This record gives sequence, C-alpha cells and structure tokens, in this order.
Amino acid sequence: MAHHTDALLSIKRINKEFSGVLVLNDINVDINGGEVFGILGENGAGKSTLLKIICGVYTPTSGTITLKGTPVSITSPMKAKRLGISMIPQEFNLIPTLTVFENIFLGSEIKNGALLNKKAMREKTSSLLAELKTELSPDALIVNLSVAEKQMVEIAKALVHESDILIMDEPTTVLTSVEIAVLFDLIARLKEKNVTILFISHKLNEVKNICDRILVLRDGDQISVNDIDEVDEQDMARKMVGRELSQVFPDKSVPEDEEVLRVENLSDLKLLKNISFSLNKGELLGFSGLIGAGRTELAECIMGLRPRSSGDIFVKGEQAQIDSPLDALDYKLAYLSEDRKGKGLLMSFGIPENISLISLAKYTNLFINKKKVQQSTDGYIEKFDIKAASLKAELDYFSGGNQQKVYLSKWMDTDPSILVLDEPTRGIDVNAKREIYHFINSLVTQGVSCILISSELEELIGLCTRILVMREGRITAEMTGEHINEEEIMFSAAGVKDMNQTTKEETSEIL
Amino acid sequence: MKSYSFEDIKRIDYSKYAPLFALVILIILSALASEHFLKFRNITNILRQVSYTGTIALGMTFVIVAAGIDLSVGSMVALVGVLAIYLMNYLGTSVFAVVAAVFVAILVGSLCGAVNGLIVTRGKITSFIATLATMSIFRSLTLYVSEAGEVISHNDIYPEIGGGYFLNIPYPVLIFLGLAVFFHFLLNNTAFGRHVCAVGANRQVAIYSAIKVRWVTFMTFVISGFTVGVTAILLSSRLNSVSPGDAGIFYELDAIAAVVIGGTPLAGGKGTIWGTVIGAIILGIINNMLNMLGVSPYLQGTVKGLIILIAVLAQYKSN
Repeated sequence: MAHHTDALLSIKRINKEFSGVLVLNDINVDINGGEVFGILGENGAGKSTLLKIICGVYTPTSGTITLKGTPVSITSPMKAKRLGISMIPQEFNLIPTLTVFENIFLGSEIKNGALLNKKAMREKTSSLLAELKTELSPDALIVNLSVAEKQMVEIAKALVHESDILIMDEPTTVLTSVEIAVLFDLIARLKEKNVTILFISHKLNEVKNICDRILVLRDGDQISVNDIDEVDEQDMARKMVGRELSQVFPDKSVPEDEEVLRVENLSDLKLLKNISFSLNKGELLGFSGLIGAGRTELAECIMGLRPRSSGDIFVKGEQAQIDSPLDALDYKLAYLSEDRKGKGLLMSFGIPENISLISLAKYTNLFINKKKVQQSTDGYIEKFDIKAASLKAELDYFSGGNQQKVYLSKWMDTDPSILVLDEPTRGIDVNAKREIYHFINSLVTQGVSCILISSELEELIGLCTRILVMREGRITAEMTGEHINEEEIMFSAAGVKDMNQTTKEETSEIL
Repeated sequence: MKSYSFEDIKRIDYSKYAPLFALVILIILSALASEHFLKFRNITNILRQVSYTGTIALGMTFVIVAAGIDLSVGSMVALVGVLAIYLMNYLGTSVFAVVAAVFVAILVGSLCGAVNGLIVTRGKITSFIATLATMSIFRSLTLYVSEAGEVISHNDIYPEIGGGYFLNIPYPVLIFLGLAVFFHFLLNNTAFGRHVCAVGANRQVAIYSAIKVRWVTFMTFVISGFTVGVTAILLSSRLNSVSPGDAGIFYELDAIAAVVIGGTPLAGGKGTIWGTVIGAIILGIINNMLNMLGVSPYLQGTVKGLIILIAVLAQYKSN
C-alpha cells in the first residue's frame, strides 16, 4: 500500500501487555482523514484492545500515537473526546431510567445558567435522530426501547460531539438490513465531512461494502493492511483465521412430511395478530423481518414466556397447553434467546452450572451428581470445540462464540425436538458461525425441527428450506426452496410490497 | 486463545477463603490477648452466644443469595417466642407441652416467612420494603398479645433445651452446627440450592431457564422463617421467658452482618453456608474479646460496624 506521510492518525510500534501476556504485538498503521478504516479479526484477536487504546480506555505498554503530526498520549476517554475521538461502544452505556435526550447529553448538558436548557437539548436530539432517520421521541425512556433503537441512540450520542475520528465497534450486530442501510448512508455523509471512521464488524460483506482499507489482526499480530479493492471476502476470512475456510453453509437437508408444530391464529396482547404456521420434522424454518416485527415475541408466546390473547398450539398433532417455559419443556421445546447475556446464561457461573441449569433434574437424585454433570459437560466441550484459557472460568471470561456454544449445549442437554434459535450468531466470529451452522444442520438431519430467527438474510437464505417474513406482528410472506429471494424478503419485511401476488399463490400452495 | 490467558492468572479466588483467614488471625490475636480465650468453657460460651443469630443467618443466607433481604427476623423471634410460651403454659408442664411448643414455634416461624414470601412474590413488593413493613407488624402484634409484659414459661423441662449439654457442648450449639451442615448441602448440592443461586444471579435467565422463580423466592423466605422459629425456641428456653419489646432486637442486623462477613455479596447469586457460620463466629469472638478486654459496651457497636465495613471493602476490592 501507499505510504501516507500526512496521516491523520499514526500508530507506531504499539504493544500492549496484560499481566505479562502480549495481546497486541507491534502494530503499525497510518489512518487518513476521511477514510473508513476496517479492523478485522476473530474474537480475541486484539481488535477491541487496539480501539480502546485509541480512545483512551487502555494505555499502550509501548509505542506512540501521532495525531495530525503531533505525538499525543491519550490517557482517558475524556482526553480522547477533547482530541476529537469518539467511540460508539459495543455494549450499551445508556441509563435505562432516563430519556433519549437526557442520555444523549449526559455529562455535556446544555445549560441556561444553573438550569438545564431542555428545549435546546430536545431540538438538537430531534435533528440528530432525523439525520439517523429514526422515528424516536427525544422523550422516550431508554428502558422502553428495542435493542436497535438503543444502538441508534448510542450513535446519536457519539455524533453530538463534533469528532474527527469516530470508532464503531460492531455497530450493525443488532440492526436489521434497513437500519444498516441508514447507518451506511450516514457513514457516507460523515465521510464527505472528512470524518474518519474506524469500523469493526464480523460481517465481511459489510466491510467489503463500506471500508476503504482494512487491517487484519490475528492473535495480537498485525497480519496485513490492504486497500479494499485488493481483497475479497474469502481473502479476509483466510487472513483472519490463518487457513482456508471450508464451506460456510452446509448443504440443506430435506424435511420430512410429518408435522411437529402447528400454530393457529395466535395473537398476543400487544403486537402479534393471527399468526398461523406449521413446522415439519427435520425442517429448518427461517423467520425474517425488521426489529420489532414480532419474531421474538412470537417465539416467547410459543415458549410460554409471554401471555397469549388467543390462538392454539399443536405439538405432534395434539393441542398443547403451554403457559410457562416449564410446560414448553414438557413438549420438548427449546428457545435460545437473542439476549444471550441478559436472558440466556448466568455470566458469573461456570460451564457445568450453566449447561445443567435446565436439565438439572436429570442429574439429581436428592443431591446433584456433580461428577455426572462434569462428564456431560466434557462431552459438550468436545462436541462443540468450546475453547477458553480456563474451562473452569466463569462465562464472563469467554468469547461470544464460545458463550453461544455453551448456550446451545445448555438447551441441547434438555434433548429438544423443536429448537427455536433467536439470532444465534449475533456478535460471534466467522469460524464459530460456521461451526454453529453445521451443528444446526446436523440436528435437522437427525430429525430435530428448528426455527431460525435471524436478521442476517445471508444466513437465512444459506440455511433454511422455507422462510416466513413478518412485519408489524403479522406474517406477510412465505417462500420455499428456489423461490427464496433476498429482494422479496426485504420488500415484505419493510412493507414496500404487501403480500404480492406471487407470494400469495405460494402461500396457498404450501398450506 | 492466548490473549485471554492473562485472565486466568487473576482468577485464583483468594476472596473465597478470606473469611477463614480472618477467623484464624482473630483466634491467634485473641489467644495472645487473653489467656482465658482458648479455654473450653469460653469457646462453648462464644458458640452458644453465636448460635441464636447464627441460626437465623443460615436462613438469611438463602434469602440474600436469591438477591432478597429479610429485615423482619428480629421481630419475628419475639412474636414466635411469645406465642410458643403462651401455648406451652396453656398445655401444662408435661413433655408433650414442650414438644407441641417447639413444633408450633417452627410452624409459626415458617408461616411468618411464608407471609413475607407471598408479599414479595405475589404482591411484587421489594423484599426490603415488604420485610420492613412486617418487621413493624410482627413487633406490634407481639406487644399487643403480651400487653407489653414479659412472658414467662411455667414449664420446668423447657429450659433444658437452651441450657442443656450433650458431651459438654450446649444443645443450641449442636443445633446450630447441625442445621449448618443440613443447609450447606441444601444450598450446595441440591437442585433447589442451585436454583436459589440462579434466581439471585440473574432473574431473567432463571425465568428463561424454566425455573419456578416465584416458588424459589417464596421458599427462601420460608427457610428464613423456619430458622427464626428455631432461634425463638433456643433463646426463650435459655431465658425461660420472652420480653416482647427487647427480644430479637437488631438480630436482623447481626444476621445480615454474619452473611456479608462470610463472603456472600448482598447482590446475591452466590454464597456459602460455611462462610456465614464463620461470619457469625467472627462477630461472636469480637464481642467476647471486647468484653474480656474491658472495652466499654457502648463502643462495641463501633467495632462491629468497622468489621462489617472492612469485610465488604475486602470483597469489593477483590472483585
């Protein structure tokens, strides 16, 4: 690549050690004004550490950072902000009990003397949200927002300060395609204003689309810096993993004729309206839709986690009375929530305690047989290739991919026949994703039925034999086999084309 | 993933054994400070003193691990004690009267706990507020039924429970330690104990993991009430009476202190029974030493308060 002597941000010989372990080894990179600079690597490769050094959360063990030609030492996030570097964090730092505008201006409130100038803050917030094309009231409480809406608030919060450098750590993980398009549009406009964007994402197609140059890290080493035209997605994956990646999506298996789950006219108290669908044995059924379309709510209704106002559920032809997750368990239903940390796993517990939490009765005969739990845990660790420095550690110390594998093991230990997976690959790296895809497929081949809720179209199209699209609490389209089509899904999800002629025909054909 | 291995070095859990180290150091210091400290009689005396709030602390451990709190235990001791002695006096001086009183005390304690549990789980009121209210209610009911007068037992067999010995060890000590062993296994080795930890660590995860969260929370309060029933018997039989205004005063604070000193975080999610036992014994030794060294009783609360602060700070720093 060309050497830029007039770089905006120049990183030289950066090393970072934690307790004597090198997590970043001799990183050298020049970042130019107004470019979108991608940073790639598997979980644990050192991406987040590098970004945290740039925005002042960590200080490097050695090396220098030069900003606009002057050496700087970025000792705190406050200092970074003053230097014009802002970060949109991966985990939300929003105060749930405050409103959108109060959060956006938290710590930098506009004041009239001693009093807050709420009018000015509301107005500025409205204009920022309008720029993000988000229909959010500045007075909405954070606690009532969806994950995607919170993400938009985080972005607005970073934009409120005029920044030269904006760091985005996996900003699209929780966004749907439409919201991602809005974000990318915004990135393009920021670029025109000569703002530099450091962009981390596990979605390689995104990186290919949005970035000008990319840096690949592996185990703390700098593997390469390339102009984006020089590499394709395959190259990126290869550089990250350090070897050839075999096929990402497995071959689709054919579902059997036997129906295992039928939902009829299901409605809930708020969102869902007359949902009907069925699932066959060994089928992998995809659910697509925007955030807030009701996919998670539907899954929670089926699992007895959310009250229904009407509708019937039939499992293997028999009407099922499911009012609690315990009832759902009796029918061998399983549900992996999209909120792995908030609803899925006990982060302060170890692997065996998590894996056996639902299936504990199996191991208990007055006392828990801890040896048996450990044996079964070892089986899952081997089966899923769960990796960590210490397998005895609490889950907090595991990477996202390994946490997800533990979560999957936890439900597999209940021996389910119907598995509902809600965003199972969110925030995990390409290698772990591939492993999870292959595992889901092997389950389906063995006759387990799966429902896959995902906001990644590529994933749905690559894995599912049938896809249902939801919008505003209703099923708006159904596609099977070769009729599955990315554009059609997008249209039905966004409501551009409501149940057009072809999908209607297909629907009646299938039902 | 080598970049994570540094976490491993930091992971050795010194904080887990901190209460034990503190106890050993305290025993050494006490033995050096007073020649009487290590005498068998003194040790059993300390343990007897500890057994009253210590037993309650065992139940309190379950409530706190499930991320709750029970402030009503002190008042409950008085209420249960008064009712038990009334019943016993009514039934006469037989052994049967004592057995019936013990049984009813434990039942009433558990029922009071169930009331707390219902308010928390069905009324959806935070345990702090719920038990703050019942603390006031239980005390006032005690004063009402006893007309604020001391309630004295007329049964000659009854004092044997609190005052008797087996192999030179007071019964209350044996009961306290026996219950500790039982509750240790309940918390550590049963599905129920695991569910208590899960509910305290993350309620949402517990709900999504098909755990009966309300039932588990309810049961922790019943266990707390059960231990209060036991303590009410131990205490009232020792004194052969209950004074409705004073009995059990500040027991909730001592019990919570024992749990916290024992390493159970107030936020819940984890905790050990043996830690609570050690926490209770540490508090007991400090009381004993301050008495033996002739420190003003008015200052003893200050020392106790400082010990609690140090214990919590030590936990906080190690996390």
